Amino acid sequence: MTNAVEIRELHKSFGDLEVLKGIDLDVAQGEAVVLLGSSGSGKSTLLRCINFMEEPTSGRVSLNGDLIGTEQGGRMRYRESDLCQLRTRIGMVFQHFNLFPHKTVLENVMEGQVIVLGRSKAEAKEKAMAQLARVGLEEKAPEYPARLSGGQKQRVAIARALAMDPEVMLFDEVTSALDPELVGEVLKTMRQLAEEGMTMVCVTHEIGFAYHVANKVCFLHQGQILEQGAPQVVLKTPETSRVREFLEGHSLFKLPE
Amino acid sequence: MNHNWNFASVFAYWEVLAVGLWGTLVLFVICTGLGLSGGLIMGMLRYSKSRWVNYPARLYVEVFRNTPVLVQIIWFFFALPVLTGIEVTPFLAAILGITLNTIAFSAEVFRGGIQSIEREQWEAGKAIGMSYGQTMRRVILPQALKRMLPPLTSRGIEVFKMSTLASVVAYPETLQQAKLIASYEYNPIEAYTVVALIFFVVLLPMVQLTYVLERRFGKSDA
Repeated sequence: MTNAVEIRELHKSFGDLEVLKGIDLDVAQGEAVVLLGSSGSGKSTLLRCINFMEEPTSGRVSLNGDLIGTEQGGRMRYRESDLCQLRTRIGMVFQHFNLFPHKTVLENVMEGQVIVLGRSKAEAKEKAMAQLARVGLEEKAPEYPARLSGGQKQRVAIARALAMDPEVMLFDEVTSALDPELVGEVLKTMRQLAEEGMTMVCVTHEIGFAYHVANKVCFLHQGQILEQGAPQVVLKTPETSRVREFLEGHSLFKLPE
Repeated sequence: MNHNWNFASVFAYWEVLAVGLWGTLVLFVICTGLGLSGGLIMGMLRYSKSRWVNYPARLYVEVFRNTPVLVQIIWFFFALPVLTGIEVTPFLAAILGITLNTIAFSAEVFRGGIQSIEREQWEAGKAIGMSYGQTMRRVILPQALKRMLPPLTSRGIEVFKMSTLASVVAYPETLQQAKLIASYEYNPIEAYTVVALIFFVVLLPMVQLTYVLERRFGKSDA
């Protein structure tokens, strides 16, 4: 079976700063992959290279067997229209939700379907309501985002991405901006998606989520994947002292068993 | 200090004033319409990251923002025909001066409004596959317009008053017509008082309307 996402020799520099130094990563269909690492390790940049929010400096990215861009003189070239088309196939959820504040919840979830995919309003509305039901927020459809809690906003953002029928979902630290008591509802929605077989790549600091939900964990350090594998292996018996330190830092104050 | 007010000597010429008010309205509608739509385009050029687009737009804005409209109207009327051979009527000179100035002014309002929208909104549009144009039209501009409404409406009111500058080239707008009446009847005090009153009576409801608009547009705000 072809991988949902295949990344080969990916490099990304911002000016003189090389953030990604040769990444190889496979995400199988239906797999949930969690990217871990301290800030500055390149995990968010890697995620953003998958849907070309950032254009890689070199390397190849394939989505379900389709190589993105065309090779010309040893370099990959990307056409903006191709990238727009690619992004309709990949859903992305952000740390700060980024809902459209001038549109209602329902309009937020319909917008891409109508404007980008060209669906009829009736069809888009039906799909939007179905996705809002999926994240448990049907009754908020007529509200403006300003009236929602952070957790609700994030679930609407998830519904907005799902309404495009994406092949892969990307989550970029989606619980980092939430009050601790609202984190659970968003993680629960993500877990439910993973259990339904959605292919997902998540950047998160929620080690527990990684342990219980992910099929694969990748630990990034200084722009490279330092360790990857099943969460039960990487998170329980890390090979490198760098990963051990990171995990200890995250579980310094655990409740006694 | 005891002036005998004689407004009848002005109102006897109400048809002359009506022509003037019509002239004012025509200038207002054309200059606001062209000025704001031109300003939107110029504002987007100013916002462009490409130097070749950005710099000429900036030059335009600075030239027209930093020269008086009155001087521009006079220049277009007297200098342009000599330099280009194009015949310039008072109407055209007035339209050019006020419109080009309004474009420059509103371009800065549009650019500022577009810039004030958070980068995250661009990302949200991009992430669901929207093109630059789609994101601009559907996501950025609607939010920016709401913020720009107060400066744009006050510019509209400014244009309405600025139309009196066209009297310098004898275009028949309200002030110019009052000048005519005053020169026939030797009643400048009454004639110019009536001009002020006409502007006040027309503008007051317009300004009230903008308050209503601003409140209505603020609905979805947090």
